[in-house]
Amino acid sequence: MNQPFVNTSPQISDEVRKTTCYMCACRCGIDVHLTSGRVSYIEGNRDHPINKGVLCAKGASGIMQVTAPSRLRTPLRRVGPRGSGAFEPISWEEALQTAVDWMRPLREEAPEKLAFFTGRDQSQSFTGWWAQAFGTPNYAAHGGFCSVNMAAAGIYTLGGAFWEFGAPDWERSKLFVLFGVAEDHDSNPIKIGIGKMKDRGARVIGVNPIRTGYNAVADDWIGITPGTDGLLILSLIHCLLEAGKVDLEYLARFTNAAYLINETDGSEKGLFVRNAEAQPFVIDRRTGMPAPWEAKGVQPDLGAIWQGHRTVFQHMAERYLSPDYAPEVVEARCGVTALRIRQLAAELADVAFNQAIEIAQPWVDFRGDEHATMTGRPVSFHAMRGISAHSNGFQTGRALHLLQILLGAVETPGSWRMKPPYPKPMEAHPTPHFVTVPGKPLSGPHLGYVRGPEQLALLPDGSPARIDKAFSWENPFSAHGMMHMVIPNAHAGDPYRIDTLFLYMANMAWNSSMNTAQVMAMLTAQEADGSYTIPRIIYSDAYASEMVAYADLILPDTTYLERHDCISMLDRPVSEPDAAGDAIRWPVVDPDRDVRGFQSVLLDLGARLGLPGMVAEDGTAKFKDYADYIVNHQRRPGVGPLMGFRGNGDGEGRGAPNPDQMQRYIDNGGFYQAHVPDDARFFKPWNRAYQDWAVKVGLFDSPQPYLFNIWSEPMRRFQLAAEGHGAVQPPDHLRERLKLAMDPLPVWYEPFGDAAEPFGFTVHALTQRPMDMYHSWGSQNAWLRQIRGHNPLYVPTKIWVQHGFKDGDWARVTSPTGQITVPVAHMAALNENTVWTWNAIGKRKGAWALSKDAPEAKQGFLLNHLISELLPAKGDGMRYSNSDPVTGQAAWFDLRVRIERAEPPPDGQSLPAFGALTSVVPEGRKR
Amino acid sequence: MTCLPGKTDRALGLVIDLDTCVGCQACVTACKGWNDQGYGVPLSDQNPYGSKPSGVFLNRVHSYQVQPEVAAPMIVNFPRSCLHCADAPCVTVCPTGASYKRVEDGIVLVNEDACVGCGLCAWACPYGAREMDADEGVMKKCTLCVDRIYNENLPEEDREPACVRTCPTGARHFGDLNDPQSAVSQLVAARSGYDLMPEQGAKPTNKYLPPRKKDRPDQASLLAPLLDIKATGFAGWLDRVLGKI
Amino acid sequence: MNPAPSVIIFTVLSGMGFGYLALLGTVHDYSGVAALAHWFMGFFLATAGLVASAFHLGNPSRAWRAFTQWRSSWLSREAWFAVLALLVLAPVALSAWLGLGLPRALGWLGAALAFATVAATGMIYAQIRAVPRWHHWNVPVLFLVFAVTGGCLLAGLRGPAIAALVVLGAGMVLHWRIGDGAFARAGSTMGTATGLGGLGQTSVFEPAHTAGNYLLHEMIYVVCRRHVPKLRALALILAVALPLLAMLFLPGRYGPYVAVPLHLLGALAQRWLFFAQAEHVVGLYYGKR
Repeated sequence: MNQPFVNTSPQISDEVRKTTCYMCACRCGIDVHLTSGRVSYIEGNRDHPINKGVLCAKGASGIMQVTAPSRLRTPLRRVGPRGSGAFEPISWEEALQTAVDWMRPLREEAPEKLAFFTGRDQSQSFTGWWAQAFGTPNYAAHGGFCSVNMAAAGIYTLGGAFWEFGAPDWERSKLFVLFGVAEDHDSNPIKIGIGKMKDRGARVIGVNPIRTGYNAVADDWIGITPGTDGLLILSLIHCLLEAGKVDLEYLARFTNAAYLINETDGSEKGLFVRNAEAQPFVIDRRTGMPAPWEAKGVQPDLGAIWQGHRTVFQHMAERYLSPDYAPEVVEARCGVTALRIRQLAAELADVAFNQAIEIAQPWVDFRGDEHATMTGRPVSFHAMRGISAHSNGFQTGRALHLLQILLGAVETPGSWRMKPPYPKPMEAHPTPHFVTVPGKPLSGPHLGYVRGPEQLALLPDGSPARIDKAFSWENPFSAHGMMHMVIPNAHAGDPYRIDTLFLYMANMAWNSSMNTAQVMAMLTAQEADGSYTIPRIIYSDAYASEMVAYADLILPDTTYLERHDCISMLDRPVSEPDAAGDAIRWPVVDPDRDVRGFQSVLLDLGARLGLPGMVAEDGTAKFKDYADYIVNHQRRPGVGPLMGFRGNGDGEGRGAPNPDQMQRYIDNGGFYQAHVPDDARFFKPWNRAYQDWAVKVGLFDSPQPYLFNIWSEPMRRFQLAAEGHGAVQPPDHLRERLKLAMDPLPVWYEPFGDAAEPFGFTVHALTQRPMDMYHSWGSQNAWLRQIRGHNPLYVPTKIWVQHGFKDGDWARVTSPTGQITVPVAHMAALNENTVWTWNAIGKRKGAWALSKDAPEAKQGFLLNHLISELLPAKGDGMRYSNSDPVTGQAAWFDLRVRIERAEPPPDGQSLPAFGALTSVVPEGRKR
Repeated sequence: MTCLPGKTDRALGLVIDLDTCVGCQACVTACKGWNDQGYGVPLSDQNPYGSKPSGVFLNRVHSYQVQPEVAAPMIVNFPRSCLHCADAPCVTVCPTGASYKRVEDGIVLVNEDACVGCGLCAWACPYGAREMDADEGVMKKCTLCVDRIYNENLPEEDREPACVRTCPTGARHFGDLNDPQSAVSQLVAARSGYDLMPEQGAKPTNKYLPPRKKDRPDQASLLAPLLDIKATGFAGWLDRVLGKI
Repeated sequence: MNPAPSVIIFTVLSGMGFGYLALLGTVHDYSGVAALAHWFMGFFLATAGLVASAFHLGNPSRAWRAFTQWRSSWLSREAWFAVLALLVLAPVALSAWLGLGLPRALGWLGAALAFATVAATGMIYAQIRAVPRWHHWNVPVLFLVFAVTGGCLLAGLRGPAIAALVVLGAGMVLHWRIGDGAFARAGSTMGTATGLGGLGQTSVFEPAHTAGNYLLHEMIYVVCRRHVPKLRALALILAVALPLLAMLFLPGRYGPYVAVPLHLLGALAQRWLFFAQAEHVVGLYYGKR
């Protein structure tokens, strides 16, 4: 047979340039193929530690992002009313001068009147440093409405967190339990890991009201009622304690379980009993006498009672052995049968203790005690937004970490492990800095971890120092700030008014605000004299998002293939448990528009404003651009944004700036890895070899061994204050809430949203992020929007039948704060009392260069219209944010609704509908 | 030409693991990206930013609900592309000889220069593997990345279809299903890989691995309490627990 | 299947045309200008159908390639039969017009090729196993009966036309009856399409894409299905019943003038149904048939 000739070895491209993806927060390595100077194909970088060659749907569609018609083309100045979308193009010089003219007087008179918040920023150590130099206390990224519960619960308990900062030991784990998901963080590593576990025949259990994605492939699915994960976990702990199935050796050696709790009434009650050096101590089982917790050979006694003070272990066990946590008591609340809970507890115990693994690797702990082997508990957990975005999310995160600790399943072989620079104890993090001095920088970083009421960011009159009220009595541990409160608070003048709101890559006028319609109204609200309540808004974005229309000045950013970036150890690196890793982006193609990388623009602004660190001695700009900063900035002597190729090129972690560093990264595939030595790979917080290595590569300047915090003393300090002890006192209306929420042991309380249940809002409503979309970005992508341009409200069988829904039906969904009318679809694999939809598919007409009849702008909808930044008024005149009372994390998933059938709108338009924006870019036609 | 070769030397194809596919759509866009610049004309898109965007994709991921009789309902993600059938009905119907099945490896291809765009091959395919390119009027289909798997410009490890290379969970496997010793054949044997719509008689080469049984009632015995805490009180429990150290 | 006008017009006109040509080549013996008119009509219908079919092609300029695969492809065979039939019948037509006296056997050969063309057209559909309604011998037979009927009506052969109409009526009903159960008999379900049927009841959770694609447009045509009973009755009345009445009761040569247009409309309706009712198994992946 004569077959046609097929060229099976075509030339693929002219050149491959390796950089870092930015299609979501995963930060995979990519090989960008260029043909005739244009991007022709993007695939995963096989050598990269994060994705090892694989790439998700978003990453492989990057080519449609760098050519998207929605890309902004030039700086813009608003000419019509705010929100109308009427702009005129201006030059960069004009744009920068305008920004400087607005900001300079603020810095000289009242730096706090500039609020600088960044959204999906991957350069927070840089943007934070800039804001610190400016001197405003009002800086944060978007963690407050995203992940802070998980971050703070992790840091305060383990000195490390879920999200992308830790990972199951995919090679060795035999049982993996996943609570909630956010498939835009660490997504390829998790997918790779689940694939590996499946390949080995290990078991995967998904705890999630919705069975899609990772939960769809889970061997076992627990369709829990939203907001009750903490209760389920504490019930598992109850079962394990009841059966004595906890790792006592681990608890005694590596946690504060053997610390003594002061039981004397008064201002010390509930704090650790301390010795003359003000150090907590343990009772040594060998002597029955107090001993330093870090003494060589010490055998901390979990059962000790010393001068009437009992150990943390006893307090903890007594609490969770209570019948209140019995599976039979919690089953109805959790929507999980008691049998199922007991089965899960038994399975955890079986794998942890009967299937323990051992690695023949000697190691030495921080006490100097030698261990011949490393014993592992091959049970791993991971948890993300599903448990994080509730008003009880912080305590739920703590509960899950306690479960891990009880099983000895943190930092042991087969369990869950931290990625450098973690483990890092809370004490090694800064406290918040917020004191403003006109014309001067802040004395330290904005965000940190408070140890007690003294570190709250309060003004002398006790009012919040920050516009978002982070680190205030309303939410003391708001370690990521509270971006979702900035606009409502600035609008309300509570705690004060601001002048200029400076936002980067944050779609606050649409899906990034809890209540979109209210926020749009706040952004356009005017005073009696016709001036805007928020006087000035500067916004930087690469694309024509909904937020663009609400700014006064637009600084157009580049796309991710046209810019320099560093994915830094100072920030959120690309480490894996066995290696510290960081990475760069570099311009693999040049912009074809009059746009500039935002970080370079920020340096330019800094130089024009004369900010310290950004101006050379002769008064000129210290850094030519962001790339120059990345290479030459030093945070501490010898430690800069990038760890690799420092000094003469051999320096790892430490060393003088190396002018060739950027090229070395490019030559190395865009990333660098420092590998953890073999004897340092597990037990990192207590492993002397790891601690020494961490100092060597510049993660710390001295070893930082520590114990896990089962009992959280900082939390107890806030409870004490609420009980009336101490000089810094909370307002009275918050005392009861603080007593409940700041429990030093993990506790479960009903999500605040449940208060709506008696008023008929009986159904939980959630959103999930599809794996093929990142926030609102995916819909401008010609390929991705062909995959997912619709988002029905998924309704479980019980409600579907109860209301007589049929395919093609619509529903009216009402919450205490809003109403939407949207298309519905049936889903059986769903908690029977939960409805959900895909997040951020719905778009405002006129945004993202889509046609006005695009499905995203027509049937597409947001659940945000049902949510509010504030809880319903309680009649005490106070504004309570719809947030976790510990961290301020936006409680998106507390949402309760009622649902009823609605007539399909004749025009197929979901409600509420908003007028079309005047687009600042031409509508997309061809790709 | 459009006579089938009968037996092919090898039967290259995919094995798709439905127990592992999380439905992330990575294979869909990796395929789109590669084939947009690879074999034949680009995969055009119509109305890409409009109300009804519709372009050519050679691989699509569906999602199904399955309600077992006793266990909890399931969601199964289901990638669908050309199965490179042994008795490919799309090939024999082609009037121009554009569609053919390669003798050496069994890959079913369209010689686009000869394609008249009649669409009959797409009608003949039970699996919806073929989509006509609206811009060029030629039929597009999965080539099993014939321009990758033998490509001497690629490192050895990259000589696999783009969808397989990109799949984050490793749910897609590529190999010779004629060779009983190949990894893919072994996988099919071990996991009871099956044909889609065998009753259609096309003898697909690609195989699917079924989802493993899920949510089976756990036979593991429950944890026994150490002792009756009500009787002994907390102190008794504590003694018993710590006595074990 | 998408009832594309080009394909409906092609199959109806060319079927009728070839049926007519076959009769002209065999039983009729027009001569002179009458022959020219009749043969022109036949050739016009047959070729108009072929031209219409070209509109269905993505690349009509490559249509010549369709002659290459006669060994395996019914579409290729159809092309050959059609061209051969026209080539063979052309001299017959010339002979009839100009009285050249070519042997009648050539007409019979042409007729055979004309019917082979129609049968091949039917086989193009009947070979498609993925469309169970089509995948049956009754399809080419029905196409042939349509061709004969159309030819008889055009030729004004009263007796044969009446007989053909009766057979056609029965054939259409039989075609529908066989077709209605065909999908179920083929045994393809969403369960076999996905292989998940053994696990439990399978249904679509999410579509694989936002809007339509070639498959949905071409093969998963579900519009107007609820009007099927009415359309079937209409097709039967127009294609069979009214022409029958016309041929039975209208005087002599007037019958065909009324019957032919009615029959043509009925044939178009039947052919629309032939496509619109045909369910492709690929629809199972979309939960649509």
